[in-house]
Amino acid sequence: MRLELNGKPHDTEAATLAELVAETGADGAAVATAHNGKFVPRNVRAETALMPGDRIEVLSPMQGG
Amino acid sequence: MRVYGTEIASRLLLGTAQYPSPAILAEAVAASGAGVLTVSLRREGGGGAAFRELVARTGCRLLPNTAGCHTVKEAVTTAQMARELFGTNWIKLEVIGHSDSLQPDVFALVEAARILAAEGFSVFPYTTEDLIVGERLLAAGCEVLMPWGAPIGSGQGLRTPSALRAMRAHFPGVPLIVDAGIGAPSQAAQAMEMGFDAVLLNTAVAKAGDPVAMARAFARAIEAGAEAHAAGLMPPRDMAVPSTPVLGLAEFG
Repeated sequence: MRLELNGKPHDTEAATLAELVAETGADGAAVATAHNGKFVPRNVRAETALMPGDRIEVLSPMQGG
Repeated sequence: MRVYGTEIASRLLLGTAQYPSPAILAEAVAASGAGVLTVSLRREGGGGAAFRELVARTGCRLLPNTAGCHTVKEAVTTAQMARELFGTNWIKLEVIGHSDSLQPDVFALVEAARILAAEGFSVFPYTTEDLIVGERLLAAGCEVLMPWGAPIGSGQGLRTPSALRAMRAHFPGVPLIVDAGIGAPSQAAQAMEMGFDAVLLNTAVAKAGDPVAMARAFARAIEAGAEAHAAGLMPPRDMAVPSTPVLGLAEFG
């Protein structure tokens, strides 16, 4: 299915948010996630089913002021 | 300075963005003596894990921000993500009203602060010098206020010193941190002389010719300003007053 990952179209076989994070190669403990604008805690990613068109954010620590 | 039950030894809070290299960032942090570093979260964090390790090694407390958020929803979601990612309830709450001026949207700021405080966050709101907004933020659950000195990254220093002085007088006992707009150590010293509790800055150090030396310069200026405030500054006078005794002056001719 096609969904939106960090603002870009993304084709995936992942059924859950946890699978999607793993698919990106990210260290699951080193990112924070949101699903359709809502924060999804780390321990809820595996229960978060994905649908075509979903908007996913996977964010990492970054320098800030 | 004591904020949200935590004693912070240094009165300098330092941002971690825009340094020439991670090594210079680490050196600048050490030279600044800062006890609190601001951090952020973004997409495409190739170096995210390395950055997190770098800031962890400094031993500083982390203050994640919601920089770039323009709505209550964006700010709240970003804060929730930051809490998990950085393992802290502290959040520097920015809700930006305009992307050119980066002026806080104080209406959305108060609303976001209320939501986050209710969720157990320790909110550090980036606000203006407006007294009523400050009162609303305290009522929303904030225990610290962070008025801007000048627009973010502008380096103009304290653009409205009299309003900031009034704010200091209006909120005795509330930790007040001048956040944003500081360009030179003298401006940071001025804020401290006025009785502010601390200064938060980033660009003035990161974009200096020598960020490590500038970090040290800011640390000294802030310490000097704080000591001057504690010592009690003399009030300015309109007229000259001789400092050398007039009595006993010789007469020649």
